[in-house]
Amino acid sequence: MLDILTRYDILGAFWMTIQLSFWAALGSLALGTILAIMRVSPVAVLQKLGALYVNVARNTPLTLILVFCVLGAFYILQLSLAPASAPLRTQIFLWAIVGLSLYHAAFVCEALRSGVNTVPVGQAEAARAIGLTFTQSLSQVILPQAFRGAIAPLGSVLIALIKNTTVASIIGSQEASAMMKTIVENETGSLLVFFIFALGFVILTLPIGVGFTEMSRRLAVKR
Amino acid sequence: MSAQAVLFDAPGPKARRRHAILTVLGLLLAAGIFGAFIWRLYETAQLEPQLWTPFLEGQTWTQYLLPGLWRTLQAALVSVVFAIVFGLIFGMGRLSQARPLRWACGVIVEFFRSVPVLLMMTFLFFFMARNFGMPGQTASFWAVIVGLTLYNGSVIAELVRSGVHQLPKGQREAGLAIGLTSAKTLRSIELPQALTAMLPALMSQLVVILKDSALGTAITYPELIAAARQLGSRHGNVIAAYIVVGIIFVLINWLLTVAAGRVERFINRRGHTAAPAKTAASTLVQGGGAPGEFGANIADAVEEEVDDWRDRNQRGRRVADE
Repeated sequence: MLDILTRYDILGAFWMTIQLSFWAALGSLALGTILAIMRVSPVAVLQKLGALYVNVARNTPLTLILVFCVLGAFYILQLSLAPASAPLRTQIFLWAIVGLSLYHAAFVCEALRSGVNTVPVGQAEAARAIGLTFTQSLSQVILPQAFRGAIAPLGSVLIALIKNTTVASIIGSQEASAMMKTIVENETGSLLVFFIFALGFVILTLPIGVGFTEMSRRLAVKR
Repeated sequence: MSAQAVLFDAPGPKARRRHAILTVLGLLLAAGIFGAFIWRLYETAQLEPQLWTPFLEGQTWTQYLLPGLWRTLQAALVSVVFAIVFGLIFGMGRLSQARPLRWACGVIVEFFRSVPVLLMMTFLFFFMARNFGMPGQTASFWAVIVGLTLYNGSVIAELVRSGVHQLPKGQREAGLAIGLTSAKTLRSIELPQALTAMLPALMSQLVVILKDSALGTAITYPELIAAARQLGSRHGNVIAAYIVVGIIFVLINWLLTVAAGRVERFINRRGHTAAPAKTAASTLVQGGGAPGEFGANIADAVEEEVDDWRDRNQRGRRVADE
């Protein structure tokens, strides 16, 4: 049992999981913010486009999105994200990040939107009443409160994202669940192997859950 | 939309002009992305009619897509039944008076909620095939079922717990006052009401289960995405097959979401329960602070939260207007 731990680079696999999570979190935060702005904007067309994207992305299985990214976009449509000389590993890594970002952006958008919507109308009315301009009321009154309201749901999205990086193993990414598959397939089907990998994910997600909850509680707007 | 009520004044002539420009820009952007995608399809010869005509033939549907869809639904339906049983048992366990039982159920529920479903499925698949000598087909089916059951059952256990906690305290007190034991109060007064309030949440959980059943493709369970791949390799139209399958998934899940919303309004109107009907994740998003909060169906919760908030505001306004 012990020799399995030394022969396989388990920490390296988890490092891959962390890298995927980090870049996909950045990507989905960027795209999700744009979508959220579209959905709360006063322009009807932008609202509809944002809603369309969110409804399609969150109702499609992540598996399908990732498989489409690699089999469809990369192999068949020959859309390459890295120079052609880059190894296949890099291409898959980049496409996995794109797929994960596209999927989770929908959830980030909804989390941010829920934050904006926790701000009572009275706050905006009060800001207007004391003569703040649109930009001032947005930046001084509404957004600070909206951000605080969005912390807890954003934390849940991040945890979901970390767990969902395992789906990238389907398109050949060498992250933790792919490593577990290799070990279970070739070495031993012992429960211990599962618990080691499960523990890895608990270690990755537990502090984030505790941290975000703590942060949202501390920053909560007293109403 | 209520968000505008918070953020924006009624537009004047200048703002209206700005909105018109943004509308055009938005449409151009959307058309641009869509156009680029179609152009790429055309360039790589993916728009050839013979790649798309198979979807007009009955055989494509009867041999590939419908059996795949059936297996996806089968996995989802079987596991939702098991997950409800699992969720009820462990949810009641977490509400029990006995501390060790409560604690043990809590650990189990939190553990299965923070482990990725695919990790469970992969392990179970090889574990069953290896240790019980199950044939691949059976092993993959049960791995999908058990994986989905453990994860979603844990989520439902949380729903049960929070559903009971959301009931007014008087319900429990009334039960105890007429001489029922604590367990009996839970079973015959609290749970029925909590379950009614949970119904819409359970339906949105079905969306999560349906989406996650697609993970079965990783362990050779022949569900819809696997069927699409087979179809794609037969006709050389992988892209077309994936797009069609995507549309099927979006349609089913969208219908489920709409139905959940209907049920929720119905329950709220009928008042069968002392608790307000809740969509799945409002508990998950706001989360009583339990670690490992999972936001798979956060969006529904958000929708719910937004609706609640809008209702409150409108009510507040009406009061203010009067």
